[in-house]
Amino acid sequence: MRYLPLTDDDRRSMLADIGVQNIDDLFADIPEDMRLKELIDLPRHASELEVERQLGEMAARNTPASSAPFFVGCGAYKHHVPASVDHLIQRSEFLTAYTPYQPEISQGTLQYLFEFQTQVALLTGMEVANASMYDGSTACGEAVLMAQRLTRRSKAVLSGSLHPQYRDVVSMLSDLSETSLETLAADPEGTEDIIASIDDETACVVVQSPDVFGRVRDLSAVAAAAHEKGALVIAVVTEVISLGALKPPGEMGADIVVAEGQSIGVGLSFGGPYVGLLATRQKYLRQMPGRVCGETVDANGKRGFVLTLSTREQHIRREKATSNICTNSGLCSLAFTIHLSLLGEAGLMKLASINHANAVMLADALAGIKGVDVLTPSFFNEFTIRVPGRGVDVIEALVDKGVLGGVPVARLVPGEKNLQDFIIVAATEVNTAEDRKAYVKALTEVLS
Amino acid sequence: MSMNKAGRPTSAQGGQSSDHPTFTGNKALQIEEPLIFEVGDVGKTGVDFPDPEPHEMRLGGLERQKIGLPGLTEPEVMRHYVRISQKNFAIDAGVYPLGSCTMKHNGRLNEKMARLPGFGDVHPLQPESTVQGALELIDTLAAWLLEMTGMAGVAMSPKAGAHGEFCGMAAIKSAQIAKGDARTVVLVPESAHGTNPATAALLGYKVRDIPAREDGTVSPEAVKEALDTDVAGIMLTNPNTCGLFERDIVAIADAVHEAGAYFYCDGANFNAIVGKAKPGDLGVDCMHINLHKTFSTPHGGGGPGSGPVVFSEAIAPYAPVPYVVRNGDAFSLVESVEAADGAHPFGRQTAFHGQMGMFVRALSYMMSHGSDGMRQASEDAVLNANYIRAGLRDVMSQPFGDQVCMHEVLFDDSFLKDSGVTTLDFAKAMIDEGFHPMTMYFPLVVHGAMLIEPTESESKAALDQFIATLRDLVQGTKDGDLVRFTGAPHHAPMARLDETRAARDPVLRWSPEAHAEAAE
Ligand SMILES: Cc1ncc(COP(=O)(O)O)c(C=O)c1O
Repeated sequence: MRYLPLTDDDRRSMLADIGVQNIDDLFADIPEDMRLKELIDLPRHASELEVERQLGEMAARNTPASSAPFFVGCGAYKHHVPASVDHLIQRSEFLTAYTPYQPEISQGTLQYLFEFQTQVALLTGMEVANASMYDGSTACGEAVLMAQRLTRRSKAVLSGSLHPQYRDVVSMLSDLSETSLETLAADPEGTEDIIASIDDETACVVVQSPDVFGRVRDLSAVAAAAHEKGALVIAVVTEVISLGALKPPGEMGADIVVAEGQSIGVGLSFGGPYVGLLATRQKYLRQMPGRVCGETVDANGKRGFVLTLSTREQHIRREKATSNICTNSGLCSLAFTIHLSLLGEAGLMKLASINHANAVMLADALAGIKGVDVLTPSFFNEFTIRVPGRGVDVIEALVDKGVLGGVPVARLVPGEKNLQDFIIVAATEVNTAEDRKAYVKALTEVLS
Repeated sequence: MSMNKAGRPTSAQGGQSSDHPTFTGNKALQIEEPLIFEVGDVGKTGVDFPDPEPHEMRLGGLERQKIGLPGLTEPEVMRHYVRISQKNFAIDAGVYPLGSCTMKHNGRLNEKMARLPGFGDVHPLQPESTVQGALELIDTLAAWLLEMTGMAGVAMSPKAGAHGEFCGMAAIKSAQIAKGDARTVVLVPESAHGTNPATAALLGYKVRDIPAREDGTVSPEAVKEALDTDVAGIMLTNPNTCGLFERDIVAIADAVHEAGAYFYCDGANFNAIVGKAKPGDLGVDCMHINLHKTFSTPHGGGGPGSGPVVFSEAIAPYAPVPYVVRNGDAFSLVESVEAADGAHPFGRQTAFHGQMGMFVRALSYMMSHGSDGMRQASEDAVLNANYIRAGLRDVMSQPFGDQVCMHEVLFDDSFLKDSGVTTLDFAKAMIDEGFHPMTMYFPLVVHGAMLIEPTESESKAALDQFIATLRDLVQGTKDGDLVRFTGAPHHAPMARLDETRAARDPVLRWSPEAHAEAAE
């Protein structure tokens, strides 16, 4: 077995040194009749070549995003990641370390976490950020709990154009912890009046921009209204590249910003692992969930970094902790940091403008198809169209023509009868003019 | 042989090392590296893009003017991150016996498999017809986990152990609510990992502590004592955080079930018993499995992890969405509570379907090891821990006496009594010797705890060196050279860091003003 260094001779001599006869003497605490006598019913060990063959066959039965004109978004986006990012994150020193509990021999991890936190704060326009959450949706759930602690109020108000699976995460938490929740109806046309739902019991308002339908939203008025009632504003960003083009939530009055960081450095990977970003104001620090890295000095006065403020965390505070999170998204935050270091402000803004350009051109091209309406007047790289017929069927028919055309809204909100004909379409820098042409041609054929 | 300019072989003469300061502050391979904010430039970038085609702006008047993010070119980025990486310890560099964390070798095949475009480059919301292989992979991994654990159902979406704990306890809570028997208390032994009580509290439960008995395990009597009709369940780690198998686990499970409560098993230590016993035979109702521990998906400097949860018949119907269903050769996803025919999912814990990248790596590990290799891995992990115990038992102290342990061995600090050396000092001195310290001060119930988990990945030679080193350190605490400990680490990239200062006056990000001031 290529992974196990002990030889049979080693095993024998070690058992003798321990003072037992055979290996099962070391398992004697397992009740006799529960001890497995036979091997479990699974295949025996396999060579690299065999495993590659079997997994390769499974992989071949999927259609990779890079193999077709690809316009699927809704919280995860196909972007190009520079080759150096994947090379660096596979360095043993990063890949095979764990949580930097021993800062003297973990400055590599700690320094990139400090850089990550700074980048996240700058991007979101906030004062501080933590060292990552699992993903955007769980960060959103944690942000609601954080706002409830900060305001000592229970009610959360969720915009109807919050990503439906983010909404599901929050409502699951609210059901199980018996807090109150007001969820506005799904809102592809941008008509909801969220301010009307804010009252003196409201802990927080959760608003996404660009929202799940792609629409860009100014949060300022919602923030002013919320603050007047003593409520906090949680801004959600599922496409973090948008922060290269759009005014950040921190400049529009957000108190907590949560984002999905997948677009920068991480890749699609069928939904995970991703990296959740969570940023807030300095004054709310003590209620922030998750690990944070802070600057300090060592015994020789040299600058260094450590995990800090751990009195918020489960390993110290146990049932009084701000969250139960322990393992987070370490390596994905490294990928994010490296990619963003390569981009820098100039690169990110240019990348964002290409995304926007491609989306605008695609929207105009699709709007020219008979029967198709583009519903989103202002957007970043994603927008919603209405098609004649069921969106699910249209997307399936597009697959037959070799185009991955977007996400039918009905997949995300299966219950809503009146959303059957909506499709959310994303365009990024990976889409070429030919991709757009292929989409227009395929959709025209499907609809005719 | 290295040659100097004149072509003569260099000799070692006159080259004794000393602490001679350098002009740069660098120490050969250890190179000081500033933050990217101090070396980058907002005008610079390491990614080339074509100019966007001319287009209308539709950003709703919310254009951003500036961000303040520095950029670096590719050679600068490479150097920056390579340099800082060299300040990290890692499994690939040396023994990393961090108890409770299972720092085993991370096979590189697994990395390669996760990067196949068919897994790494598929979108979670692509039509199901285009991701049949991805769904098959999830279904296959689920089946392997069920076979290994002997349980009835599995939730794949939890993102780490703690997220899995929440999943299991949420399913238990939902099951009891559905029966009209909502309860308010969860039993947690004092030795439990902090995530256990934190999880219970997140779900609105009160935590009731269970003390351990003399030998470090939980007694059925103590559990019975604490059980009443308010108790929803117990969260018990097995093998436990003291490295011991809970030998009365079946009696505990029976008592819990008799009281109408459920048994949540924290499976962080599953590596000790894969192929040796099935949690399903032990009366467990839910157990999370840390794929990043037992199944070797890399720890990545703190994550990402993955924490699938297996369930008994009684709890399985309450497992969350999404899940994969197999119909013959076709696979589909159940993504909403409404679509869950006949089941009662407690809801959704995360967007999308879980940590696919970790699933691929874990399955690649499992297929590589197979039923025989996984059992051998558990046996070797347990053997290695006991070998360390045998090698150190006469010089270090064990809180519960010298008894057979599972895959990790626990020492306390009584062997350091009156030496002037603390557990922390001892651990830091291990750093100088080229080892990552063990887990310190956990479990909390043991004074000055040192929890050593070698895993199956260590060779006998590595263990022998580790044991010899620790014996020498123990001797050192008696020889009076206290600076070896109290001043340690002496040879690490950094001396001991001031954690108090970091917490008192938190600086959590770089900012131009604060850092310009500090530089003066
Ligand atoms: C015993 C135990 N339980 C639970 C956890 C939590 O797992 P995770 O860090 O994956 O959330 C850990 C790990 O750190 C652990 O050691």
